[in-house]
Amino acid sequence: MPEKSGAEILIDTLIEQGVDTIFGYPGGAVLPIYDALFQQKKIKHVLVRHEAGAAHAAEGYARATGKPGVVLVTSGPGATNAVTGIADAFLDSIPLVVLTGQVATNLIGTDAFQEADTVGITRHCSKHNYLVKDPAELATVVREAFAIATKGRPGPVVIDIPKNVQVAKAATDVKRPTRSRFTYAGEADYAEINRAVELIANAKAPILYTGGGIINSGPAASEALRELAELTGAPVTSTLMGLGAYPASGDAWLGMLGMHGTYEANMAMNQCDVMVCLGARFDDRVTGRLDAFSPDSVKIHVDIDRSSMNKTVRVDLPIVADVGTAMRQMIDVWKGRKTKKQPLTEWWSRITGWRAVDCLSYPGSTQEIMPQYAIQRLFAATKDKAPIITTEVGQHQMWAAQHFHFDAPNKWLTSGGLGTMGYGLPAAIGAQMGHPDALVIDIAGEASIQMNIQEMATATQYRLPVKVFILNNEWMGMVRQWQELTYESRYSESYSDSLPDFVALAEAYGWKGIRCADPAKLDDAIAEMLAHDGPVMFDCRVHKTSNCFPMIPSGAAHTDMILHADQVSGTMDDEAKALV
Amino acid sequence: MHIKQELTERHVLTLTVDNEAGTLARIAGMFTSRGYNIDSLTVADISEDHATSRITIVTKGPPPVIDQIIAQCERLIPVHKVTDLTEAGPHVERELALVKVSGAGDQRVEAMRLADIYRARVIDATINSFIFEITGGPEKIDTFVTLMREVGLVEVGRTGIVGLMRGAGVS
Repeated sequence: MPEKSGAEILIDTLIEQGVDTIFGYPGGAVLPIYDALFQQKKIKHVLVRHEAGAAHAAEGYARATGKPGVVLVTSGPGATNAVTGIADAFLDSIPLVVLTGQVATNLIGTDAFQEADTVGITRHCSKHNYLVKDPAELATVVREAFAIATKGRPGPVVIDIPKNVQVAKAATDVKRPTRSRFTYAGEADYAEINRAVELIANAKAPILYTGGGIINSGPAASEALRELAELTGAPVTSTLMGLGAYPASGDAWLGMLGMHGTYEANMAMNQCDVMVCLGARFDDRVTGRLDAFSPDSVKIHVDIDRSSMNKTVRVDLPIVADVGTAMRQMIDVWKGRKTKKQPLTEWWSRITGWRAVDCLSYPGSTQEIMPQYAIQRLFAATKDKAPIITTEVGQHQMWAAQHFHFDAPNKWLTSGGLGTMGYGLPAAIGAQMGHPDALVIDIAGEASIQMNIQEMATATQYRLPVKVFILNNEWMGMVRQWQELTYESRYSESYSDSLPDFVALAEAYGWKGIRCADPAKLDDAIAEMLAHDGPVMFDCRVHKTSNCFPMIPSGAAHTDMILHADQVSGTMDDEAKALV
Repeated sequence: MHIKQELTERHVLTLTVDNEAGTLARIAGMFTSRGYNIDSLTVADISEDHATSRITIVTKGPPPVIDQIIAQCERLIPVHKVTDLTEAGPHVERELALVKVSGAGDQRVEAMRLADIYRARVIDATINSFIFEITGGPEKIDTFVTLMREVGLVEVGRTGIVGLMRGAGVS
């Protein structure tokens, strides 16, 4: 009877699952797996410099390619370092399979060297996890893990593999049934689809509120959204996660909604009579004050996860289904009934009025680079190259969401749910691994970039020509902005002191470094960055005290937007302070 | 600012789950991590091949929270089925308690008399103590335990409830 070691069975099963790239870092408890990796040629291993980088790189790979990202780390600190990325993937519904080494089964529970309770720690920040105690189970577990990670609402799955299970042998010719205990929503019920179509067809002021579910559903879902918007004539807004599903250049596009969304998107959400939520989840950053959220609308919610229904906002018509399939069904019913598109003239004239507010305008400067201007110039210089943009977390992220425009899905990779600083550089590395010829840019802040800056070496090692575009204002800008709004400008620990010389740092890692502080020279400097065939760190010195507007302050309604800096007050009551 | 409390309802949920390591921790931990209450929880293997277990959870919360609890339970991979017995209609709930009383003289006689009224069985006796076994709905047991406090209760152990729907239907 042919036998193989657990490590060999693992690698065979990964290859069978179509894995071609793994992001990882070796250590004592995964040495047998690394030895099995060494003896094959089908899987490329990307050596990161910190396990957090491995998890975020796998996320970037997954988001840019639509395939699950695979992570391999050792026990104890290897696993705990990866936890932030696992939690990030859980909140943003990104498919990951995370393989962690564990101490041998006979040592579990003895506080052995590099032992941590990985399944315990990751239980509530993963979609599912396993501790495999028998190499004979490995293949089945890995197959089930890939199914769970990618099907239904995607998410991270952790497989903890003790070292002796990697070494021990098991028969490989035994056919074990793949378990089918995992069920997920697909097609919607036609009664619900009919009702949804009726509601949209009779609406005077409909809106399509779209989210990351459409990206996760695949490119066909983005196609369906475009067709649905065209058929219904309804305006389209999107969460941070869903940018690109509907083209920003499309006529029906209102811009992003929510805390730093556009005036027109938030006003339209507030005033609409039928809201169609497609693959979004009424996050607190989107709804603002709940009791004032779109008070007069009938709400339709299409989501693949039943637990998203009525979680924060009560909806009138919940439809548990794959959002792409459900939109395709709506289109079929709409066409089948020969429903006529309503002109919605009054609705669109109100939207035109809100658009005229020009909420994304900002004070210009010829002396200093305004951060919004930097994003606009970067967009102008790259829009014809279909760039993949990653971000860190903070003001630069929101400015990028507002001023960089996306016409296709899988081009915008940002940490939305967990809000993880240090996400952007490793995510860019993962995206570049998945798309070697694409232009990949991490729009960063000078504070966030330092959280996973060690990954510069990874880009150098694999000759990945990622560009890091730092909006350097010498502040943790979003923290400073909230301190101005809420705490009378008491800047507690929000100054970015002792910054490195980013150009010298770039050169130390074998990158090209560029610095620019003059708006007149910005275009040339960006052109120089794009012309360089290799990784570039761009230190863009921007106006130091700019804040990100428009903004719905914590605990306020969509109609209470702050449009400009001169409307900012210095304090907030406790109720508002207590909200995140 | 003060923290606001909401009105809550008591619900009995039954879950059919895979009988494997970590399932109970996954469910109990989900309740803690999302801030839900567990009043009681019972679990036992119920299938011939030992592959599935049945968990009975008594929880409380406002109706939308109960709905979320059920949805979040269903989302867990090892959970196959969740039934809200309280919503499903008529059902029976039973719990077993072991109640130890200690004392002498009239107190001892009174404990014995009350136990008889409540149909509690004596399963251990010494010169100065009894252990009663009582089965019933949670209210009956609450009342019995309250009475026993007056006549020398020293220790009590309760199983938490199990429940089934009335009639031929299954949950």
